[in-house]
Amino acid sequence: MAETITEGPGTIEALSLVPKAEAKQSMKDFKSDQEVRWCPGCGDYAVLAAVQGFMPELGLAKENIVFVSGIGCSSRFPYYMNTYGMHSIHGRAPAIATGLASSRRDLSVWVVTGDGDALSIGGNHLIHALRRNVNLKILLFNNRIYGLTKGQYSPTSEVGKITKSTPMGSLDAPFNPVSLAIGAEASFVARTVDSDRKHLTSVLREAAAHPGTALVEIYQNCNIFNDGAFEVLKDKQQAEEAVIRLEHGQPIRFGVDGAKGVVRDSLTGDLKVVDVTEANQSQILVHDAHSASPTTAFALSRLADPDTLHHTPIGVFRSTDRPVYDTLMSDQLDTAIEQNGKGDLGALLAGGDTWTVVG
Amino acid sequence: MTSQVSSPAEQTDGAVVGDVVGEQRKASTEKEVRRLDRVIIRFAGDSGDGMQLTGDRFTSETASFGNDLSTLPNFPAEIRAPAGTLPGVSSFQLHFADHDILTPGDAPSVLVAMNPAALKANIGDVPRGAEVIVNTDEFTKRAMQKVGYDTNPLDDGSLDGYSVHPVPLTTLTVEALKEFDLSRKDAGRSKNMFALGLLSWMYHRPTDGTETFLRQKFAKKPEIMKANLAAFRAGWNFGETTEDFAVSYEVLPAAKAFPTGTYRNISGNLALSYGLVAAGKQADLPLYLGSYPITPASDILHELSKHKNFGVRTFQAEDEIAGIGAALGAAFGGSLAVTTTSGPGVALKSETIGLAVSLELPLLIVDIQRGGPSTGLPTKTEQADLLQAMYGRNGEAPVPIVAPQTPADCFDAAIEAARIALTYRTPVFLLSDGYLANGSEPWRIPEVDELPDLRTQFAQGPNHTLDDGTEVFWPYKRDPETLARPWAIPGTPGLEHRIGGIEKQDGTGNISYDPANHDFMVRTRQAKIDGIQVPDLEVDDPTGEARLLVLGWGSTYGPITAAVRRLRTAGQSVAQAHLRHLNPFPRNLGEVLKRYDKVVVPEMNLGQLATLLRAKYLVDALSYNQVNGMPFKAEQLATALKEAIDG
Repeated sequence: MAETITEGPGTIEALSLVPKAEAKQSMKDFKSDQEVRWCPGCGDYAVLAAVQGFMPELGLAKENIVFVSGIGCSSRFPYYMNTYGMHSIHGRAPAIATGLASSRRDLSVWVVTGDGDALSIGGNHLIHALRRNVNLKILLFNNRIYGLTKGQYSPTSEVGKITKSTPMGSLDAPFNPVSLAIGAEASFVARTVDSDRKHLTSVLREAAAHPGTALVEIYQNCNIFNDGAFEVLKDKQQAEEAVIRLEHGQPIRFGVDGAKGVVRDSLTGDLKVVDVTEANQSQILVHDAHSASPTTAFALSRLADPDTLHHTPIGVFRSTDRPVYDTLMSDQLDTAIEQNGKGDLGALLAGGDTWTVVG
Repeated sequence: MTSQVSSPAEQTDGAVVGDVVGEQRKASTEKEVRRLDRVIIRFAGDSGDGMQLTGDRFTSETASFGNDLSTLPNFPAEIRAPAGTLPGVSSFQLHFADHDILTPGDAPSVLVAMNPAALKANIGDVPRGAEVIVNTDEFTKRAMQKVGYDTNPLDDGSLDGYSVHPVPLTTLTVEALKEFDLSRKDAGRSKNMFALGLLSWMYHRPTDGTETFLRQKFAKKPEIMKANLAAFRAGWNFGETTEDFAVSYEVLPAAKAFPTGTYRNISGNLALSYGLVAAGKQADLPLYLGSYPITPASDILHELSKHKNFGVRTFQAEDEIAGIGAALGAAFGGSLAVTTTSGPGVALKSETIGLAVSLELPLLIVDIQRGGPSTGLPTKTEQADLLQAMYGRNGEAPVPIVAPQTPADCFDAAIEAARIALTYRTPVFLLSDGYLANGSEPWRIPEVDELPDLRTQFAQGPNHTLDDGTEVFWPYKRDPETLARPWAIPGTPGLEHRIGGIEKQDGTGNISYDPANHDFMVRTRQAKIDGIQVPDLEVDDPTGEARLLVLGWGSTYGPITAAVRRLRTAGQSVAQAHLRHLNPFPRNLGEVLKRYDKVVVPEMNLGQLATLLRAKYLVDALSYNQVNGMPFKAEQLATALKEAIDG
């Protein structure tokens, strides 16, 4: 037998029922034989590479991994993973994945979706998957544009955006996916960026380990229809001021030498960015991703300016324990058997008031 | 019951009152007892009066007594429409007999009207000569004005010719419950149990079942339980003692109508639920229901959610689309997956049904049809989703269709739908309707070992050898006989594959935009459905001389068969056939249609099956249609068929 994995899924509660790989895996094992057909330069390539590169770390039997997607550029993702996969219909991936995950607890089920797929046509399924806390890992590729239909504004596009369908500018106020997810009772919400492989991988690692629904928003560049949408977060110099890296248990500081920090406004209770001084240093908010209350995580999600993306937190906003839907569903089946015995079809059919006709 | 038993009473199916076939005295009473072969009772009252419960209880008593029976619950969509109004009237009709019957009956022989609205809404269906029991307490000036009675129908002569029994049901109930610590209003609530007691006396129904039922239902509210029991018994005693009810009736058990076996009374939705549980068991697969509540399908969700000890998972989704989506996800994972809905829900599920056609996974779509379009008539019946089931998707997306024909038949139809889904790896429509769903009849309980074996084989390993000798798994390599593709579920090593709604290459299942491949795949998916093995259509033509065939599908079976019996009793030759499989049609259907000079197709729509028959077989099928939310009446149907024979 090949080298056995001695650590990994066995220690991860979310994956405890998923069989482990018998042999050590490499990135190559997760590449399917299908030619990848995204536009050259698309941010999706980076995410695919990060996911394929990270999967061996989980050490799961790859036949027990399933990727389910909807419709859109990112939803082609399952075709490129050498696991089980389903490329479904627009917006419905969370619903389909819910049926799969809740009937098969031995599977690691991942949903790949985009801002249009998850937040527009499939908004309903997304929020309900989050509130139920089904054991799904949802990767939301947010490029703030419709790519596959060639460049209309999306539900995360900024107000006033000029696109083919909005020649005079978009009138729609955008969703903030992290705020939305926290509002929908999500137990795990994170944000990362396509080009930051290390950060992306660390967030995926935490998401995979989370029992319940994990929503990971991935800022992803569409170099054809919305190029540079996240440039401010990627350009080294600008990023210093624009990006707030959240780390559980650490004071929330950013900027050159951590010159800036996040404090709670004592009057409103809201959060605000301040220059860190000797006097206010002790008041800098320490990030608690595990807080039972979503209030501070929500306030953090509101720090970013939707137009300039200044003060955009990335990392895990919230990661809390909540009962997992598929576990509860399975427990009810066990309880029913305990209470009523294993179902006896003959007895069921012959239940109620009966009478007998003799010949 | 569906068995063909000839009886002299058949021709009177639906007449006012059955023949008096004997008279006897009951030892315990001074009163006259008449024996009837059949009775049709309609209980009618306000939505909040408990008429459905009363009807259900009377039905259970009747079933356990061994009569054949058929029921028709009829209630408004509003949970509590304004009290005392016509739209708020809820009714329950029960036909029971000492012989084999097919329908809930055309015309009640007894109407129980709990208020003026119930009388006004129902008296039109009740022929003169019938018995009418009214709750006089509710016939106040205001209540009568509310429904447009300027004068009191109980004494203005408008009920002349009826045998009217004015009974102050509320007062009598309150009086009977005076020892209980209940307000007049609360005590009055038990008046339906008083009425049930009275009718139970009148028709010699056994009462143990209802007493047991009340004890169980109100086990946690002993005062209410005792009050209801007291009201029920008081109603019975009232019949026994009052002079107004001089006669009681016996309807003997229908022993000859039933083949040997153990029976229970069952509604269509319950039979369908049991059929699904049984199908899961027979397939040795976990049952997964993804559903969103909708009338008249919700009872199946309720029922299946009670059977978790069978490994049944029920998922109440956020919407219709998620209901079928979750089911499809579970099907991918190897469950016997089901979604239950009605017409508006099917519309929402259409895109996912198309995906299931493309994925070629087993999936049951249960459509309990109701009046449409749009919200339509949620609590009334109709058969107008046939073309939606047949064609309501983008692209060429054929889906098999199975339709049950009686409430009890919903059990077998569910199993048959599962057989097709599992054998051919396809979504399947099960088209029931509101009449079958809520109606009930006796059901011979099958032995589990009589049920078909539905076990299927998941793919276990490679199924194809490449030119270079490599063994691979091709998700779209088909079984040459059924054209079904392999069902390879996640967790099976070496069979990792991707499926989706984009056109796939034959065999490999890889994305393909190749024109010739698409043409091939479209035709192959169609050929798979066309090739489904279904039994030949059986024609019932006892004389062999019929020139007219009446062909139906779904819930019209009862009324059509009753109408055909009438015609035959009157000396007419008429052939009858009923379609269980609407897609594909039985192989011999074209040949059967061509045998007859005339083909009449009665449907509760504007001719959807007739349209399909005309298109496929170039036959001049005559449509006979009714879309009033109610099942056909046998008499009307018989008249229409007679005209077709003569015309």
